Amino acid sequence: MIADIVIPPGLLLILGGLVLPLLPLHLRQATLLVLPLLVLAAIWTIPDGIALRASFLGQTLVLVQGDALSRLFATVFAVMGFGGGLFALNQTRITELAAALCYTGGAIGVVFAGDLITVFAFWELMALASTLIVCCGGPAARGAGLRYGVIHLFGGVLLMAGIAGEVATTGSTTFGPMVLDSPARWLMLAGFLINAGAPPLAAWLPDAYPESSWSGMVFLSAFTTKTAVYVLMRGFPGAEVLVPIGLLMVFYGIVYAILENDIRRILAYSIVNQVGFMVAGIGIGTEMALNGVAAHAFAHIIYKALLLMSAGSVLFMTGKRNCTDVGGLFRSMPITTVCGIVGALSISAFPLTSGFISKSMISEGAAGAHLPLVWYLLAAASAGVFLHAGIKFPWFVFFQKDSGLRPPDPPWNMRAAMIFFSALCLGLGVMPGPLYALLPFPVAYVPYTANHVIFQLQLLLFSGLAFFLMLGWLQRTLTITLDVDWFWRGRYVRSLGLGADRAWGAIERQGERLGRIVVRLVRRHHGIEGVLARTWPTGSMAFWTAVMLAAYLIISYV
Amino acid sequence: MDNHWLARATTIRLLWILFIAILASTVLLDTLVVHHSHFGIDGTFGFGAWFGFASCAALVLFAKFLGAVLKRPDHYYDR
Repeated sequence: MIADIVIPPGLLLILGGLVLPLLPLHLRQATLLVLPLLVLAAIWTIPDGIALRASFLGQTLVLVQGDALSRLFATVFAVMGFGGGLFALNQTRITELAAALCYTGGAIGVVFAGDLITVFAFWELMALASTLIVCCGGPAARGAGLRYGVIHLFGGVLLMAGIAGEVATTGSTTFGPMVLDSPARWLMLAGFLINAGAPPLAAWLPDAYPESSWSGMVFLSAFTTKTAVYVLMRGFPGAEVLVPIGLLMVFYGIVYAILENDIRRILAYSIVNQVGFMVAGIGIGTEMALNGVAAHAFAHIIYKALLLMSAGSVLFMTGKRNCTDVGGLFRSMPITTVCGIVGALSISAFPLTSGFISKSMISEGAAGAHLPLVWYLLAAASAGVFLHAGIKFPWFVFFQKDSGLRPPDPPWNMRAAMIFFSALCLGLGVMPGPLYALLPFPVAYVPYTANHVIFQLQLLLFSGLAFFLMLGWLQRTLTITLDVDWFWRGRYVRSLGLGADRAWGAIERQGERLGRIVVRLVRRHHGIEGVLARTWPTGSMAFWTAVMLAAYLIISYV
Repeated sequence: MDNHWLARATTIRLLWILFIAILASTVLLDTLVVHHSHFGIDGTFGFGAWFGFASCAALVLFAKFLGAVLKRPDHYYDR
């Protein structure tokens, strides 16, 4: 393709998102479905290397630069845009749909960005669009949306500071593999990690995402954290510090998800858990591990969206969001149940699902890099994933007790989106070849060996046994679990706020008193009766002038 | 309440029997394959089975402990 007619595919979606609210209903629905497919086609016309440059404030921007990794992420983002659009077709909040298109466009913009400034521009656009999606969840979501926005703007500040430092020290804005040898690069890493949902600020994710609408979280689950995985992979492959951070995320996600009652918050914690696998894989940094990370990001976006579609369908049909309020829904929602189970098996890396052929590559990477501790922890975490998402989610939502609710399956478009994504999960699991062909490095990995399949079946099925034997301890209660967001949400913050309010009131009162004193003084001297404002007779002026002149005469003679 | 075939006590007992049979057979299959262990312990008999079970038990116990410290009523932040 000729370089000068390349259209940035992300920009197409962003423009589509801006125009969307102006369109009539049918055209709007058509745009939601057709535009992501057009963009998918555009993605595959982008050649390797720099395809589009621009100049901005004396810096050269590389707006579009293609390679296998960019195309892989952009492809799954576009597929996600299509599937999410199909699921959200009957969403009446047009702002949310418009924001979702811009959000998808921003994510695709980041993965094709060839320089740090372009990355930053699309990064911030994503922050704005996703904040809007959270806020579209209704009046109760505004607070969570604000907290979400503040954290992401803070992440953006760290990233911008890092980029500015990078330009100051190296003079280059090229976005490629970097060694962590300067404070600027550490700042960039911190900015990226905030979006990945890494500790200590991971709480923004389970705080904000479940407050969005039934369709909003489907989009939210896909783009922010996976774009962060992409930039970490592009910028800091093999950065060892990412291994412990990733492992921490993996176990944080599991433990909090075990304790959680809100259906979609369980899945939110599980996003942190899954991204933890990817972050650890990036830290391992071998070709096998990086291939595994890319494949897992691809598979994860699809099965996580599927899980959230299934949970979103339950929310849409019943209006219930807690495990304690639902149960037994398999009777009247068979399609939602089956699709939810397919998603749950995929996230657990069950053989014949997409998780099995992707996650195992990361473990294989740890084994190949001779990191026994990492390997054992990842294996334990795989068991934990089945426990907190693979069984817990379908069991408490669709089986468990009979809640007496008998909602039917959701409208056709939501069913179609779930069936489409279920087919993708199973298709990738049965035929990993096409996905492996898209990975950044050549793949010499065979997932289906007798040894591996039996190991995985033992691991998962015995986790299932553990779940049912300890079910009494896992029963949900009407509780939440404190997280680091207590530091900015806790009650003491409100009393701090009240204290600050009172202090400000006192300052204001003192200021007013001081002002009144000043005004009184001024009035005393300059007011109508004031000494300095009195009118004087002309005679006294002549007298004083004479005195002054006389004094001058005397002084000049002395 | 309803008497869905999946919710009947007889079905549930049957499912348990089936589940235990599958569990046993996955462990028995271990005798048929040649292990390529990476680090030693992972080559032990039925490694996936006992390691998966033990990991989950440890995670649930840890979560239980953490929950005892950090659990709060549902509307903690709304008040």
